[in-house]
Amino acid sequence: MRFQPVIGLEVHVQLKTASKIFCGCSTAFGSEPNSQTCPVCLGLPGALPVLNKQVVEFAIQAGLATNCSITPRSVFARKNYFYPDLPKGYQISQFEDPICQHGWLDIQVEGQESKRIGITRIHMEEDAGKLVHGDVSGLEEGSGVDLNRACTPLLEVVSEPDLRSSDEAVSYLKQLHQIVTWLGICDGNMEEGSFRCDANVSVMPVGSETLGTRAEIKNVNSFKFVKQAIEYEIRRQIELIEDGATVVQETRLFDPTSGTTRSMRSKEEAHDYRYFPDPDLVPLVIDDAWVQRTRDELPELPEQRMQRFMTEWDLSAYDAEVLTASRSLAEYFEACVALHVNAKAVSNWMMGEITRALNDSGTSIDCCPVTPRLLVELLKLIEGGTISGKIAKTVFEAMWQSGKEPATIVQEQGLVQVSDSGAIEAIIDEILTREAGQVAEFRSGKDKLFGFFVGQVMKASKGKANPAVVNELLLSKLKG
Amino acid sequence: MEATKAMLARIEAVEPQIGSFITVTHGQALADAEAADRRIASGEMTFLTGIPLAIKDIFLTEGIRTTCGSRMLDNFIPPYSATSWEKLHSHGAVLLGKLNQDEFAMGSSNESSAFGVCRNPWDRTCIPGGSSGGSAAAVAARQATATLGTDTGGSIRQPASHCGCVGLKPTYGRVSRYGVIAYASSLDQVGPLTRDVTDSAIMLGALAGHDPKDSTSVATPVPDYCAALTGTVKGLRIGLPKEYFIAGLDPDVQKTMDAAIETYRRLDAEFVDISLPHTDYAVATYYLIATAEASSNLARYDGVRFGHRAEDAAGLLDMYTRSRSQGFGAEVKRRIMLGTYALSSGYYDAYYVKAQKVRTLIMQDFMRAFGDVDVILTPVAPTPAFKIGEKSDDPLQMYLSDIFTIPVNLAGTCAMSVPAGFSAAGLPIGLQLIGKPFDEETILRAAHAFEQATEWHTRKAVI
Repeated sequence: MRFQPVIGLEVHVQLKTASKIFCGCSTAFGSEPNSQTCPVCLGLPGALPVLNKQVVEFAIQAGLATNCSITPRSVFARKNYFYPDLPKGYQISQFEDPICQHGWLDIQVEGQESKRIGITRIHMEEDAGKLVHGDVSGLEEGSGVDLNRACTPLLEVVSEPDLRSSDEAVSYLKQLHQIVTWLGICDGNMEEGSFRCDANVSVMPVGSETLGTRAEIKNVNSFKFVKQAIEYEIRRQIELIEDGATVVQETRLFDPTSGTTRSMRSKEEAHDYRYFPDPDLVPLVIDDAWVQRTRDELPELPEQRMQRFMTEWDLSAYDAEVLTASRSLAEYFEACVALHVNAKAVSNWMMGEITRALNDSGTSIDCCPVTPRLLVELLKLIEGGTISGKIAKTVFEAMWQSGKEPATIVQEQGLVQVSDSGAIEAIIDEILTREAGQVAEFRSGKDKLFGFFVGQVMKASKGKANPAVVNELLLSKLKG
Repeated sequence: MEATKAMLARIEAVEPQIGSFITVTHGQALADAEAADRRIASGEMTFLTGIPLAIKDIFLTEGIRTTCGSRMLDNFIPPYSATSWEKLHSHGAVLLGKLNQDEFAMGSSNESSAFGVCRNPWDRTCIPGGSSGGSAAAVAARQATATLGTDTGGSIRQPASHCGCVGLKPTYGRVSRYGVIAYASSLDQVGPLTRDVTDSAIMLGALAGHDPKDSTSVATPVPDYCAALTGTVKGLRIGLPKEYFIAGLDPDVQKTMDAAIETYRRLDAEFVDISLPHTDYAVATYYLIATAEASSNLARYDGVRFGHRAEDAAGLLDMYTRSRSQGFGAEVKRRIMLGTYALSSGYYDAYYVKAQKVRTLIMQDFMRAFGDVDVILTPVAPTPAFKIGEKSDDPLQMYLSDIFTIPVNLAGTCAMSVPAGFSAAGLPIGLQLIGKPFDEETILRAAHAFEQATEWHTRKAVI
């Protein structure tokens, strides 16, 4: 029997607000334990939550960017359970009336047609704190609770069970990641947990209409792990069924070291969260004007920008996609082309030297030492014939190291291209005399020796000779 | 300073007979009084500067133990103060201490307190009412000029009625709940207990207003409540809901209500018979909504960060179970269990959702009635104060003692209890005036006119 996997993802997106969702404490990562707390996020008696409006703003942006409708009157609810990292004994979340509903994203898996994945809902909620065990400053033994993260704003984005493979899941996840970082509402840092994913996975016989029993897999916090965890889980479930066993509904934990999942709690052990509307918060009313204002202020999204790059700058689909991988990258490109018309050259340099240098040094495009203006200056030197493309790479290296103007570097290092035919002719003559044997071989028909002569001339000119002039003169002298 | 010292001496003298205080804040009181004296000397005073007050132990006070009447918070010293107390303190009011109450404000007799019995100053074998029992007893025993209480289902009005003082429950949202230990968040409201209506108006003026720290507090402007005390109720339309004047009402209470109605007639108020048809469902509705909210509000008392933690726990679950079993009293446990049940999967729609729907109907009852009348007059409680221990083994009987006050909390509107007479046994009986939402002015005016025409508020408990 062949099996069809069915996958739905629940993604927690930590919002990049300066303060927490229900109090004024800072959301900065990595501070001294419990230094960023107040009566509200500590859950002290008598403390009350006050909603951070920025969180609502970000949630609406996320909803609009994922084609959701915005709920005019959404409600916060309490999710009740006991755990030491949950100060109030309940998490403030949304249940019956989430802020965004009924959205979708179109995903593209290589070699397949584009596919629409439904988004059931996006809701706002507060994060919990975290437990720390031994070996922490001020804690000699046992476990402690750090509530700095408590009350940090999260969006939970819940997809429909529309995904059919780990590749689709990763594609969906990457696109969602791209959107929230593009909007600037999330820093996208998966290692620090700013973007985390739980996957619901089930399998059913191909052609079946009835969904199989699903397992929820927690703690899959990189694109690679999502793929691994889902593939492992699909295999595990298929093997169970083929062995005549049944899949049980449960929560499973992904172990990144072994690449496997293991049972965390069964359905019977599942919590009854006793959701009910939080009486401390009034319903959140969002009128059409608010939605429209947010829509008007929404930045051009990656998909739209990619299309525009293709039509406006005549880029290939591949180039346009690479250049819109992040908003900063796209903006770097646009900053360059605004100064320089040859978009293709900008594109080539960004996808070549710049990407390589960024990767080698682990720098992000926002911190690129070669600014768009400097790159354009460099390209102008190539176009004007001052330096060759080859020399330009040397100049680029020097720019990356020193941040100096390309013209200055060319000047200082004497890298100006030599196009003067007299000077080049002299070099050529010298080479042809020295390599008389090779010349004879060439003339007797060994054409591919031409490259050898070009190389020798370039070497003798320290790369500065204009290659076009070299070619032309060499050819006439060898043939002559 | 003189007033504070006299009050501290009075507290010391009568406290053994009453038990209204959980903590007397001697040092704080003297420091506050000194600050008030300086303020008076510099001419920057208000009505409340130097006035010795005491507050229910449900209000957080920075650096001063706040127990909420529970063993759970026996050792809890808050790092911040409730907005309501901060407001009074900013006027230069003096803090005499923290008052006895039912544990977590759950009760109608003050008997669920973990900090000893509080007695009714008029008859020390009787309960003072609850949950703000200490707040009412302290005013009646003249241990404080005025006190603060909270009212979730009658917890200000019922003890005020039983102790012969004026108790005001403002409209939900009128006074900040920030820093007030939550029992049932959608019902809790802060209010004053005072010797007369003028004091009540002064206190409300200082307490009312929007608090950016409480999203449910409302920005409606705060009027001058004292200016509302015109002394006249001529033409005021007073509604008498038939559901509140039922057969079986205690004869003393009935007689008191009849006399009060007569007083208002003499003052040229008009009476209108009205109906609040869903009154019968109010108690059941309240005990679903209040307990549901309480079950969640009290989840934070888990022994992890503050409050009581069992010492002998073997693991996390055991620590939770033991800490909560040891820290909470029987009535609190009962309500947590009731509320947890009402919110549980499979019961939520039948209990909590249905209760919310009935709550809306009860609210609509009042809104409809207020189309015809300006205020509604009812008894506060079906009987005068009962004996200590009389109902403590019968929670249902205890719950029914709030039958006339609970609907007001469900409707979210304002009401007050005003001294209106005495039983044959000499126990005070209050009348309840219910007003439109955010129309505290009219009930204060009606209460004040009644007070002017009677002398009940001038009588003093003999201690």
